Amino acid sequence: MTMIAPGPEEVRQRTFPFPARHFLSVGDLDREQVHDLLDLAEGFVALNRQKAKKLDLLKGRTLVNLFFEASTRTQSSFELAGKRLGADVVNMPTRTSSISKGETLIDTAVTLNAMQPDILVVRHGASGAASLLSQKVTCSVINAGDGQHEHPSQALLDALAVRRAFGKVEGLTVAICGDVLHSRVARSNVGLLTMLGAQVRVVGPPTLMPFGVERWGVEVFHDMKAGIAGVDVVMMLRLQLERMQGALVPSTREYNRLFGLDREKLALASRNVRVMHPGPMNRGVEIDSEVADDLEVSLIQNQVEMGVAARMAVLASMAARLDND
Amino acid sequence: MTSRPIAFINARLVDPASGYDGPGALMASGGRIVEVTRGDGPAFLSPDVRRVDCNGAMLAPGLIDLRVKTGEPGAEPKETLKSAARAAAAGGVTSIVVQPDTDPAIDDPSVVDFILRRARDIELVHVYPAGAATKGLAGKAMAELGLMHEAGCVYVTDADRPIVDSKVMRRLLSYAKGQNLLVAHRPADPWLCDGAAATESEFAGRMGLPAAPAIAEKIMLERDAALVELTGARLLVDQVSAACALESLARAKALGLPMLATCSINHLTFNELDIGDYRTFWKLEPPLRSEDDRQALIEALVSGLVDIVVSAHAPAPAEDKRLPFEEAAPGSIGLETLLPALLGLYHDGRAPLLRLIETVTLAPAKAIGLAAGRLAVGAPADLVLCDLTAPRVIDAEKLTSKSKNSAFDGRRLQGQVLMTLVDGRVVYEAA
Repeated sequence: MTMIAPGPEEVRQRTFPFPARHFLSVGDLDREQVHDLLDLAEGFVALNRQKAKKLDLLKGRTLVNLFFEASTRTQSSFELAGKRLGADVVNMPTRTSSISKGETLIDTAVTLNAMQPDILVVRHGASGAASLLSQKVTCSVINAGDGQHEHPSQALLDALAVRRAFGKVEGLTVAICGDVLHSRVARSNVGLLTMLGAQVRVVGPPTLMPFGVERWGVEVFHDMKAGIAGVDVVMMLRLQLERMQGALVPSTREYNRLFGLDREKLALASRNVRVMHPGPMNRGVEIDSEVADDLEVSLIQNQVEMGVAARMAVLASMAARLDND
Repeated sequence: MTSRPIAFINARLVDPASGYDGPGALMASGGRIVEVTRGDGPAFLSPDVRRVDCNGAMLAPGLIDLRVKTGEPGAEPKETLKSAARAAAAGGVTSIVVQPDTDPAIDDPSVVDFILRRARDIELVHVYPAGAATKGLAGKAMAELGLMHEAGCVYVTDADRPIVDSKVMRRLLSYAKGQNLLVAHRPADPWLCDGAAATESEFAGRMGLPAAPAIAEKIMLERDAALVELTGARLLVDQVSAACALESLARAKALGLPMLATCSINHLTFNELDIGDYRTFWKLEPPLRSEDDRQALIEALVSGLVDIVVSAHAPAPAEDKRLPFEEAAPGSIGLETLLPALLGLYHDGRAPLLRLIETVTLAPAKAIGLAAGRLAVGAPADLVLCDLTAPRVIDAEKLTSKSKNSAFDGRRLQGQVLMTLVDGRVVYEAA
């Protein structure tokens, strides 16, 4: 898809105030608002592909990245998104700072808040941490992943990648495969994709399924081959080895054999199937390199590109809301 | 200490021991109840007697709360014995049993003695220590049960820590039986519960909270019931909360096993959805259950399957609660809200007043062998006078406890304690 990059004035006109003060969950948005955000993000995709990428929608605004869990892609994605919109971006180190000296999440947040940032992007290992933080600060909070709960900007960028690949989201069948239990990406994607009218399946062994997942409005499969038969999108999840405290699967070898995505299993999906992965990938565990690197089917690199654009859309509309306040 | 005789007239006497709920009068003198009159009573006009016209308010035995945590010794900023005793008095609770998971633990007769001496100095409500069942609450070696019993502990427990090793539990029950000592144990399978902050459910799944299935309670309760059958010891099942565990309890009781069960006022009042947006005041131990579990618990309380209601008073300072849900300390304070929260079941028509009062007076008194808990001549004058219908909105900041972590914060309740007496002394009187 080629698109002429919109000029700064056009982007400004398209930008609308974000519907909530914080972006903590995909549930903060409705279907129409999601499509508006995706439309806005489309403009940023085009913009990001040209040489002059900078806008001044966030000029004078400060964005603070507060990542309690290590992250390369999400943190740099927010950083780039902020900088391309003209914000001052500060990455707060959490390992070398007073946070590692026993300062609580709230103390850190209150301290940062006193420095008058406009937007705080937070990732934390505990579910609900972003919500807790949002109650204690005066700036806007974006949840960049809270424990096993949500990662809403990831779901937005995934929806953007899907919409660009298929021209729509509604009516598609999407299989989310793997460690759904521990995955905030899965929770946000189930919420957003079903909101946009996709049929969502979750696929994985019962030990990696959240309790009551069959009541999330999804179809549940414990057999990978059945689960991806005929689907338009296969969304693989990272097998979170660092969270595998209990023996949830017998071995990575068995997991790869039964639930890893390879050519053979992928052949059962729709002819135009696209493969996605939020990264970082465990190659040879949940996904074979052959599939991951096949540019005919893989949207994985595309997802990274969409990440910056989708986050620019979120930041730009948040700034519009701040300007209105 | 002797105090001036006090007489209550125009009271609604509620006495589970005699099954009486009706108008009457009562006089206390020398620390004891000396006269109880049903219907139109004497006027008690002697000038030596303080006369209280109750205007139909409920006069009941003071509450006996079998499960109270303080921070003394070791964590006094949370709660001291004195601040807990003041909260108890304000809530109409005249006897509290403090849990042994202090620092140092109450696993030695000298610590039992320390608690009792501190309580005597404070001179507010009766404070009874529960001793640790195992040394250092480590679940391995038995604590000095006999010596602690002699020193004045009323039962033994490892508080929130389950005694995992079945051999330890078996020996503990056997030995305690020989000492005629009650053992309390909270049923929770430690492996299923490892790392859990909530009850496994669709709600917890959506919220991404690490959760344990409610059957973790049933599994441990079944083991304990089997060990009670083996040893014949008396067991107090600490805070039963799940419907599936109630089934096990019913079977054990039907066999005639000497088991009693408590439940907390929190589990009678709230369900898991009260956690809402990760509200840590509702992070409890055991975790809040489903609404079906709560309804089953209320029925079990009314039927007598569950014997006793506790406040499960567990103070936690703000710094332990203002954390992400998984990391926050569990527990809610509850001494001051126990009675009005329990009255909610009466106002909602769920349970007769006599039965509700029994679960916090006579039943716990019998469980640990106290003479209190009844409106009878000769019984200790531990009393609560309560306006049953006065509406109030709980403001946690205004509660007496040093820690303000009340799950009842903001809740509308009916019932206002007007006066609390311990051994005939007024220890609390509403302004």
